[in-house]
Amino acid sequence: MLEQIEGSLAVAKTVARCRPEVVCAYPISPQTHIVEGISDLVRTGELDHCEYLMVESEFAAMSACIGSSATGARTYTATASQGLLYMAEALYNASGLGLPIVMTVANRAIGAPINIWNDHSDSMSQRDCGWVQLYAETNQEAADLHVQAFRLAEQISLPVMVCMDGFILTHAHERVDVPDAEQVDAFLPAFEPRQLLDPADPVTIGAMVGPEAFTEVKYLAHAKQMQALDLIPQIAAEWSDAFGRESGGLLRGYRIDDAETIVVALGSVIGTIEDTVDEMRERGVSIGVLGLKSFRPFPLEEVREALGGARRVVVLEKALAVGVGGIVSANVRMALSGIQLHGHTVVAGLGGRPITGKSLLGLFEDAIADRLGPLTFLDLDSERVERELERMHEGGASGPHEQNILRDVGVVAGGSH
Amino acid sequence: MTERSGGEDSQQVRFYQSGTFVVGNRLLDPEQRSVQAHTERSNSLTSGHRACQGCGEALGARYALDAAMRATGGKLIAANATGCLEVFSTPFPESSWQLPWIHSLFGNAPAVATGVAAALKAKGREDVRVVGQGGDGGTLDIGFACLSGMFERNDDVLFICYDNEAYMNTGVQRSGATPPAARTANTKPLGDNPGNVFGQGKNAPLIAMAHEIPYVATATVAELRDLEAKVERAMEVRGARYIHIFVPCPLGWGAESCDTIRLARLVKETGLFPVFEALDGELTEVSKIRRQVPVIDYLKLQRRYAHLFGDEPRTDIIERIQADADRNIRRFGLLDDPAEPDDTMRLLAESGRGPQ
Repeated sequence: MLEQIEGSLAVAKTVARCRPEVVCAYPISPQTHIVEGISDLVRTGELDHCEYLMVESEFAAMSACIGSSATGARTYTATASQGLLYMAEALYNASGLGLPIVMTVANRAIGAPINIWNDHSDSMSQRDCGWVQLYAETNQEAADLHVQAFRLAEQISLPVMVCMDGFILTHAHERVDVPDAEQVDAFLPAFEPRQLLDPADPVTIGAMVGPEAFTEVKYLAHAKQMQALDLIPQIAAEWSDAFGRESGGLLRGYRIDDAETIVVALGSVIGTIEDTVDEMRERGVSIGVLGLKSFRPFPLEEVREALGGARRVVVLEKALAVGVGGIVSANVRMALSGIQLHGHTVVAGLGGRPITGKSLLGLFEDAIADRLGPLTFLDLDSERVERELERMHEGGASGPHEQNILRDVGVVAGGSH
Repeated sequence: MTERSGGEDSQQVRFYQSGTFVVGNRLLDPEQRSVQAHTERSNSLTSGHRACQGCGEALGARYALDAAMRATGGKLIAANATGCLEVFSTPFPESSWQLPWIHSLFGNAPAVATGVAAALKAKGREDVRVVGQGGDGGTLDIGFACLSGMFERNDDVLFICYDNEAYMNTGVQRSGATPPAARTANTKPLGDNPGNVFGQGKNAPLIAMAHEIPYVATATVAELRDLEAKVERAMEVRGARYIHIFVPCPLGWGAESCDTIRLARLVKETGLFPVFEALDGELTEVSKIRRQVPVIDYLKLQRRYAHLFGDEPRTDIIERIQADADRNIRRFGLLDDPAEPDDTMRLLAESGRGPQ
């Protein structure tokens, strides 16, 4: 049913309709509204046969998820930012054990400096932890992806992260058709665990494995993600048939078929980029945008097919690999091995800095006019950075960077520096 | 799946300590016999594992889990922390565990156990019970936040700590349970204050009691019937429960394998490790000391204290350890007629083995 609803609540309602049996929660902005919403649904009885655990940390939340999933319960949690990092050890464990947990990541920056606003630093930091990573473009897609995520996770016995932009999506109120319970029941079969802690048939889960078999166990995890490359589009196609709308899949191109320049991006910024593409197309510029929906597994062949005919690729990413630049672009370049084209990495939107149509327009015009270098920080205030670098060159105790920069910006009271 | 019920013509479980039927008080009336006396016992941690000779942890784990298995009619799931117990029991592709068992990480066994219990509750399978277990490092250092959280929420989990007073699996490093003066790989007998420092470490059973959880107990592998009884009592209760078992480590302590039980008995009889039970945060039972043994009798059996007994014996340090034991005796009322503090040196002298 179409409702005007906050993104977090749409996700909470959708997750509840997937009938999770255990939900673990530890609060962190901007994830809070999701787990609060589920708490309400458990307390009112709308979601029954569900244990809602409020634990003492994200590390405990993921650990409890591991225990409950291994005991055969459909299991869900949500987190963001520092919380995802605090889970890191347990994330690898959950995927290594092959436990089909579903988790929402309400994407948020990672400190220091502490920052609660949106970028993709959190989930990108965990790109290699063995979880499937799906990125939602809209709140409708965020809701829909959770049903697809449970289906995929349980089919291949791997955990799945549904990444949605913190605040931009989680706190936005817009029209969402929350999948209704009967349709979800029809789409999502009951969870049949591949492995189970059961006194009637005791198994040992999590044995120690040495060099003689470790590679094989790890390879299996990779092989399952390769299976997901086939399953993700299949599930998305079934979704489209059952619900009458497109959601998910590996990637989605917009006006890319004949495009000389293609922008690659993930998440909610795709909508903004499409507007800019439309504007430029009206002026006769040959440009399109490729939205990546699945970052793990990374659809190398599909990306190669989508981008291989372009003259120029601009990868716009909300994360930074300090010391080299792009994370997404490194994967995109791998897909384009042997193909000659102009490639640009643009780091944008860090810590919630707005990515405006105006900035994008200027950026893409620079790219087309060959004025864009290999690595660009969108809307970087170079003057302030230079000033702080000078302070450092002067030697001595120049003080905390964030205080100095904020003082220059005028956010905090001025000092003598 | 392992067949567990006692067959007509075959003994399911070998009594590998002696090869006879003397084990586990088999001459007693059936209801008084140890769980280990029964051929149909679950043998949760079966033979063939890689524990060292004389391992107190392996002994404690087998008694504790078999008792829990009997109490639950075999409906038990275990969540194990990383550590010796995990490593020696599950070298891939083998496993010594004959109950459903999961190992996740070093610091999360209490939370994994919480998750198992939550899943069982959601499925209406609360007849199946959950035990979490780990060593002292996994329990009261790296796993402490998860343990405290599990206690605080009163989750239906029995957590068992097998305390051998250091990180044995990584090569005997100091933990929050390492006693003062003990030598470990990073508290060597170097400098003026050899061994582990005084005034550090934490008392996990007392902290468990401060959470006012339904059941807390301590036990040693010297009194295995007491351990079994405590596990059975713990399984009669719902909510968070904690049993802290003292398990000597021959390798880490530099002790003879044959002295494991002796050391576990002496640690109690010296007063260094009070054996007690507490319900809802209140001390309800203490296991009295029959005759106080000077700490020196306990210390001298272990090379981790050898630096106290060199050419220049460190009577000052031994006295401090004795004072700790005396304090425990007063604090927990471990003796009906406790020795006056002044008697410490007399006890030391009487032992005949103390530094002269």
